[in-house]
Amino acid sequence: MSRLNYDVVVVGGGVTGCAVARELSRYELNCCLMERAEDVCSGTSKANSAIVHAGYDAVPGSLKAKFNVQGNAMMGTLSKELDFEFQRNGSMVLCFAEEDRPGLDALYDKGVANGVPDLQIISGEEARAMEPNLSDQVVAALYAPTGGIVCPFGLTIALAENACDNGVEFKLNTEVLDISAVEGGYMLKTNQGEFTARFVVNAAGVYADVFHNMVSGRKLQLIPRKGDYCLLDHEAGDHVSHTIFQLPGKYGKGVLVAPTVHGNLLLGPTAVDVEDKENTATTAQELADVIQKTAISVKNIPYNKVITSFSGLRAHETGDDFVIGEAEDAEGFFDAAGIESPGLSSAPAIGVYLAELIAKKAGAGKKDGFKSERKGIPQVSKLSFEERAALIKERPDYGTIVCRCENVSEGEIVDAIRRTLGATSLDGVKRRVRQGMGRCQAGFCTPRTMEILARELGRPMESICKNGPGSEILIGEGRTEG
Amino acid sequence: MREHDIVIIGGGPAGLAAAVSARKAGIQDILILERDHMLGGILNQCIHNGFGLHTFKEELTGPEYASRFIKMVEEEKIPYRLNTIVVDITKEKEITYINREEGLVTIKAGAVILAMGCRERPRGALNIPGYRPAGIYSAGTAQRLTNMEGFQVGKEVVILGSGDIGLIMARRMTLEGAKVKVVAELMPYSGGLKRNIVQCLDDYGIPLKLSHTVVEIHGKERVTGITIAQVDDRRKPIPGTEEYYSCDTLLLSVGLIPENELTKGTGASMSRVTSGPNVNDRLETGAEGVFACGNVLHVHDLVDFVSEEAALAGENAAHYVQKQKGGQAAEEAQSHEVPLFAENGVRYTVPQTLDVANMKDMVVVRFRVSDVFKNRSIAVYYDDQLISKRKKKVLAPGEMEQVILKKDSFSKYPDLKKITICTEGE
Amino acid sequence: MERRELICIGCPMGCPMTVEMDGTDIRVSGNTCPRGEDYAKKEVLSPTRIVTSSVKVEGGDMAMVSVKTEHDIPKGKIMDIMAEIHGAQAKAPVAIGDVVIEDCAGTGVNIVATRNVGAAV
Repeated sequence: MSRLNYDVVVVGGGVTGCAVARELSRYELNCCLMERAEDVCSGTSKANSAIVHAGYDAVPGSLKAKFNVQGNAMMGTLSKELDFEFQRNGSMVLCFAEEDRPGLDALYDKGVANGVPDLQIISGEEARAMEPNLSDQVVAALYAPTGGIVCPFGLTIALAENACDNGVEFKLNTEVLDISAVEGGYMLKTNQGEFTARFVVNAAGVYADVFHNMVSGRKLQLIPRKGDYCLLDHEAGDHVSHTIFQLPGKYGKGVLVAPTVHGNLLLGPTAVDVEDKENTATTAQELADVIQKTAISVKNIPYNKVITSFSGLRAHETGDDFVIGEAEDAEGFFDAAGIESPGLSSAPAIGVYLAELIAKKAGAGKKDGFKSERKGIPQVSKLSFEERAALIKERPDYGTIVCRCENVSEGEIVDAIRRTLGATSLDGVKRRVRQGMGRCQAGFCTPRTMEILARELGRPMESICKNGPGSEILIGEGRTEG
Repeated sequence: MREHDIVIIGGGPAGLAAAVSARKAGIQDILILERDHMLGGILNQCIHNGFGLHTFKEELTGPEYASRFIKMVEEEKIPYRLNTIVVDITKEKEITYINREEGLVTIKAGAVILAMGCRERPRGALNIPGYRPAGIYSAGTAQRLTNMEGFQVGKEVVILGSGDIGLIMARRMTLEGAKVKVVAELMPYSGGLKRNIVQCLDDYGIPLKLSHTVVEIHGKERVTGITIAQVDDRRKPIPGTEEYYSCDTLLLSVGLIPENELTKGTGASMSRVTSGPNVNDRLETGAEGVFACGNVLHVHDLVDFVSEEAALAGENAAHYVQKQKGGQAAEEAQSHEVPLFAENGVRYTVPQTLDVANMKDMVVVRFRVSDVFKNRSIAVYYDDQLISKRKKKVLAPGEMEQVILKKDSFSKYPDLKKITICTEGE
Repeated sequence: MERRELICIGCPMGCPMTVEMDGTDIRVSGNTCPRGEDYAKKEVLSPTRIVTSSVKVEGGDMAMVSVKTEHDIPKGKIMDIMAEIHGAQAKAPVAIGDVVIEDCAGTGVNIVATRNVGAAV
């Protein structure tokens, strides 16, 4: 086997791929994660509801149900171990008409069957007492205290950094073009050359069907299901404190209203099946839908406080469940496909499951010196004045504020660039320290952040990108001759 | 805790003028806190001319205008801190700021002058559909990159919004070799000054499409094109009117928002119309001893008026401090606060209240209208009594208007309940 | 007789003006101040503009120094002026009013700095 480059290659640096990589790094295995973008967390994982679902929604017995409930239970400990933002704020599913109560009861029963703890059906009055801005039309609600909210960037990047610190090689800007079986494993053709591995983990998001179908005769089909969101300013962040769902309809979980761990208010998503796996363009119709539908759940949402809208794709599998495990007709090829909602909630559990499966098959034991803990970048603005003063004494660049909307210091931006798997783009910085994520949407801090990136990376300003190659911010230095 | 008589938040045109005026009114202990690495604020990137006709009776560029006030501040030896961000202001006028030299510091102010300016409305606030590629700038960001850092932000440009910065940048980018293909404006009128339409668009043959908006942004990595469409009178795009422009850059000049996040800590009440604090004729907010001026109070078109307003705030803050210290306080009459009402096409007034018993001999009331009006008058009423009526050929939301109220005009109205400023037809 | 409608750019008021030309006889109406009349006459006979831009600074504490034409220049010369500005470079320190380009594009008008730029520390 020594002629193979790696024991395991994980294709895809989203939350699932990074969770698998992190769990694989516990074992004596030579692992590599390949990501086509310039950073991890650049696909589905960066544009979603940022929700840790309680687990009442999935069909009992499904993989979605199993991994969701397990993942939810792991999230609290994991967030402490890896230092990312997670809050168990509780969720509610709203029922607006007496005749829909059976649907709510059915959801409760599913939750109980799935092992979701502490579920309760509460009256409209009780719901409004907990959440004063709820619509007067709410007649009852399913309350799930274990529901939570998480920073999807924080979770994914923490998993990646920890995996990398524990020896997983990360190949960014590496697009896998083809996978084929070779003796003892697989050959991956990429834009950066060819690599071989004994095992492949297919965590390629909306492209997981493409890779699966390259090696397996049992074809998978993933439909990119697009969802548009609106994000509101901090000023609206406490409009609700729980995650507010509507009783599920034919297209997913309805439209939610939720606080984010960063204190914003998130509205969305819509659910429109699209053909193009790159189609993350918002549409006027869908954005209007988000507004119209969220107004059904929650009163007086200050829609004039919208600071940005965005769109994400969910990898919807036609069988409506996750596809996880070794492909039946392709030994050593492990799928983590069809990871749509509740994928973010399930990722930690999927990681553990697949890593154990692969380690067992490889006969690999746990390695010594695995570091289970990772410390995040200090969020200077969240510290007390005393702590902040002390930190600035130690590191004066924590005292130079670059992004004034989110109060992000130069020190935090420098940290984001210098640390393990550091940011190389404006979006990379934004996902790590929230620079540019506030109400002015990077209007003021773009030039300064570009300067810091250029300085830290030793690159010219003109090469600084929003994200991957082709997204350069500047056309050039100086002028075109007119 | 360190104390200062007057702390000024912001070292742009408003903060500088307020500082100079407070010093002239006799206050020695003043501190200006500025977030950028130099004084002057947004004027540093406004390298075009047209500033100072009122203040200095000559036409200056933004940096020249700023430098005149910076010189005054330096001649008066008024202390300032650069690269310093204020993170909190309390009701007790305790101000917490951060910079790398001092770390995090809390100080106490006798009076506070808010002069933080404004920010640009971002794309997100408009919910423009489409991808989120590189190449979408607010006009001010592009202005800074072009004028101060010397970079080229785009070669083929579409501009949404005909605010002054957008118009200025249309010319600026043209001069830098870019092709500005069109300026689209949602409203049936421009939000910018007429002179800027003439000398920034007409001079260079750049079309201005009124009642048009961007309906789609094309391009995944970098902008490749923009679709604009005409809008109906409810500002909704009209199907079938879409036009595609290939371009690599979209500039947004779609409005300015006063930056009042810090103001809220003082407990001052806010105006929903201006997005700034409500003030009386001394430019004092609802929080005692906290004054506001410049674009943080309401968005101005002309820096000259910012300077004038800020000087008034500085002087009044000085008087406030002197009164608190029990010094040379002037005798004050029993106050008689009268609210100002903006009606019939007038969107707001600044100030929002007037103490007719203690006002200066003359108070300038500034306001904006809600629509383009032709041959209409601006009328002032004291209660139901028409006091003055001034005919205007054109009134436009993009251009700030003013009326002057004289103290002696109130002598006949000892029981005045309200002042109304409105537009009227023939 | 020729008639032209103009908007004054003399100040931000932007007065709408009417210019009536009859040979050398030019009559301006609609202006609110004498600057308007001056502008209108100039605009119909030989329009001029102030051009502003910025020039790279060598060894400065800022990358660019903002500049302007010391006086207004013929409108038709704007792009010639810009071409020369694009090729220019200033050396720090620069003070307001310093001549950055002499006699720009043969107009007889200098390009002068509109801000101070100190030498890099």
